[in-house]
Amino acid sequence: MIIASNVSKKFRKLTVLENISVSCAKGECIALIGPNGSGKTTLIKTILGMVVPDSGFITFNGQNILHDWKYRSHIGYMPQIGRYPDNMTIGQVLNMMKDIRADKEKKWDEELIDAFGVNALLNKRMRTLSGGTRQKVSACLAFLFDPDVLILDEPTAGLDPLSSELLKEKIIKEKKKGKLVMITSHILSELDDLITQVIYMQEGKLIFHKNIDELRKDTGEQKLSKAIASVMLKK
Amino acid sequence: MMKNYIFILVVFFLFDADTFGHVLHVGKLASYRSVSQAVHNAQTGDSIFVEPGIYLEKNIVIDKPVSLIGINFPELDGEHKYEIISVRSDNVTIRGFLLKNSGISSLIDIAGIKVYGRRNVVIAGNKLQGTFFGIYMENAVNCRIEYNQLAAHTANEQQSGNGIHCWKCDSLCIIGNSVTHHRDGIYFEFVTNSVIWRNESFNNIRYGLHFMFSHNDAYIANLFHNNSAGVSVMFTHGVKMFNNIFEDNWGDGCYGIFIKEISDSYISGNKFRRNTTGIYMEGASRIHLEKNLFTNNGSALRIQASCMDVSTEKNNFIANTFDVSTNGSLVMNTFEKNFWDKYEGYDLNRDGIGDVPYRPVSLYSMIIEKNPTAMVLFRSFMTSLLDKTEKVLPGITPEGLKDEQPLMKPLSL
Amino acid sequence: MIKIIKYVITDILRNKIVMAYTIFLMAISLSLFNLEDNISKGLLSLLNITLIIVPLVSIIFSTIYIYNSAEFIELMVSQPLQRKKIWMSLFAGLAISLSLSFCIGAGIPIVLYAASSIGFIMLAMGIILSIIFAAVAMLSAVIIRDKAKGIGISVLLWLYFSLLFDGIVLFILFQFEDYPLEKAMVAITAFNPIDLGRILILLKMDVSAMMGYTGAIFRDFFGTQVGFIITLVILLLWIATPAWMSARIFNKKDL
Repeated sequence: MIIASNVSKKFRKLTVLENISVSCAKGECIALIGPNGSGKTTLIKTILGMVVPDSGFITFNGQNILHDWKYRSHIGYMPQIGRYPDNMTIGQVLNMMKDIRADKEKKWDEELIDAFGVNALLNKRMRTLSGGTRQKVSACLAFLFDPDVLILDEPTAGLDPLSSELLKEKIIKEKKKGKLVMITSHILSELDDLITQVIYMQEGKLIFHKNIDELRKDTGEQKLSKAIASVMLKK
Repeated sequence: MMKNYIFILVVFFLFDADTFGHVLHVGKLASYRSVSQAVHNAQTGDSIFVEPGIYLEKNIVIDKPVSLIGINFPELDGEHKYEIISVRSDNVTIRGFLLKNSGISSLIDIAGIKVYGRRNVVIAGNKLQGTFFGIYMENAVNCRIEYNQLAAHTANEQQSGNGIHCWKCDSLCIIGNSVTHHRDGIYFEFVTNSVIWRNESFNNIRYGLHFMFSHNDAYIANLFHNNSAGVSVMFTHGVKMFNNIFEDNWGDGCYGIFIKEISDSYISGNKFRRNTTGIYMEGASRIHLEKNLFTNNGSALRIQASCMDVSTEKNNFIANTFDVSTNGSLVMNTFEKNFWDKYEGYDLNRDGIGDVPYRPVSLYSMIIEKNPTAMVLFRSFMTSLLDKTEKVLPGITPEGLKDEQPLMKPLSL
Repeated sequence: MIKIIKYVITDILRNKIVMAYTIFLMAISLSLFNLEDNISKGLLSLLNITLIIVPLVSIIFSTIYIYNSAEFIELMVSQPLQRKKIWMSLFAGLAISLSLSFCIGAGIPIVLYAASSIGFIMLAMGIILSIIFAAVAMLSAVIIRDKAKGIGISVLLWLYFSLLFDGIVLFILFQFEDYPLEKAMVAITAFNPIDLGRILILLKMDVSAMMGYTGAIFRDFFGTQVGFIITLVILLLWIATPAWMSARIFNKKDL
């Protein structure tokens, strides 16, 4: 569904992505793992078109995303740090997004909004929100339009355990519908029962892209965290 | 005793013959049908009364001392061909006529009334309409031109002559006339010892008043306004200008008064309002500018460096864009006890005189004098900033050019 | 696109600065017209406001607004929206609200006191300058990542257009004093929209008689239909060029 070919990106002298090629298929749930500053977020941003790669290209359903902005209607994106216009309320942000995306035929998926109880907070201004509430809003927005692809950058960071669990359930549910889910996270334990594939990055390079079962077999570890740790140790 | 009576009688009879002569009437039903005929038959000192009507007389030549008096403005029409009245005798009076449509020529100066080298001529209370030159005095002495109304019709300079045109004259009185739509309203060349009093000259195609080589004349209480180039005076000494008003001479190359090579003169009590330049002086010397009012002019005074001993004293400068501008370091001229509305000084001892000198020349005005193209920066932020800086730290504007005793309050003028 | 413009405008109008700017303009223009003894002097004073305050407020406010909208821009960019449209919507929102401010703040007093051709050309110039400086602000904000630096550059740009440029002009005038520069000046003013606006307004006013021969040259050019159209085109270029350049840069910018 998403294919990146030889994507490289430099910020000034710093290489953040080096010749990355990945292919992500429908129905997969991919964990994007790597130490801080390994280029995970940048990779996500290139997929979203927020960062333009220096070389290489990315296709979405066979279309080069460089010339086609409409593909983003198939993506739900939850940023690492959700930043919203300060003086808008949650309700206004939600309404604005609905208004702007206005996909008439699609129904809005407001499950998360209900689950998180965001409806009670609609009149709160964005600048007054805690980090966790912001994350909730981001999550709600990512799922709101029932997209085919979900890209979640550190989705559980700052969320309380209950909400975290709710979000996880939602992700599993969506995965079962045959959607492609990409998750980056530092808390690997959370990912255990979610993911089907692992992409491991380090210093802008793609180290491996494996099926979770394959990884377990290679490392002999059941837990993802242990498996990754053993990979890192081998290096 | 008896002797005296006889003497008086004799004198009385003598004058009777001379001054109270006969009366001749001109009109449809009168003894004369045409003015020329009456003049032809008149004796010295006769009076010719002209009834209302239209008289097409080609050129009327007055060659003897008679009084020509119109009743209710009889119309003398020059049919666009002729000079209407030519005065070729001393002691002539022309009063109360409507003169219309003189000829127009580019070769000779055709006028409504022209006086050829004569004395004691009085031209009073006439209306001149559509004449080429209006009243033309050539070599005339001791004549009076009073309360005439002159209005030309033409719009361009070539098609139009001067209103009151005097050449090589002496001792004229020009009083209470109004001149409009001529080339120059009042034009003097080599006219001396004359008085110009209470005339109005406006909407003329060139200058309201224009003179040169006309020494020792006095211009008092005249009104010059809306002339397309204002007033221009040159090469003359002993000019006195009192209580005149120069207004609304607004446009490119337009001046309240343009002064060139004028010396030993007084300009006092005049009002200069809404002129592009109030007074422009070039090569002027020993001029006393006193008690004049300058309001709403572009530049109130433009004094070129060629001027010297121009003393500017007790004038009011109010709401002018530039008060004084000059092209050099004008130390030959003095400014004293004027009121400047742009003055920002203080008066600690409350004697009505500011304690710090006022510098009327702004830096920008000097820049323009040097480089007129800099006018593209007119009213820009930078020029006002330059002026402000120069006010605080004078460096470029002439050091000597300042009013040491600026007044705190305007003079009542 | 219209939807985004709508959100930008509501956001700007909710901002108290624009409101304050409108009230400030209104207060200044009303007091100018009331204090000066005649309308043309009031207009002349208003000219300074139009040429100095309007560009300053427009450029600073727009720059700050763009930087403060980083979140909004980021949010929009991750949505299925064309980047160019997002950027142009921001520009349109800024241009519309600043023009609106000027229209209300200065326009109402002008219409009340000086509904003449001078008044209207001043109003038009105020609006055009608001838009031009919003566009210039967008360009500087898109090129420079750092907010403080960006605002600094915007202030410098304003300083350049309202002051330094004229200084350079003066310098040129004195350096090439011996050459007839009047005609060249017409071309040079095209490089500064503030000068262009100032001269265009001045030529309509009585004081233009002060400008002498230079004024006559300018009047010969700006007074004709062709000259007027060229001026209009130049002013539009002043809007379009920075707006277009900034959009191009934004299109490739990493967020």
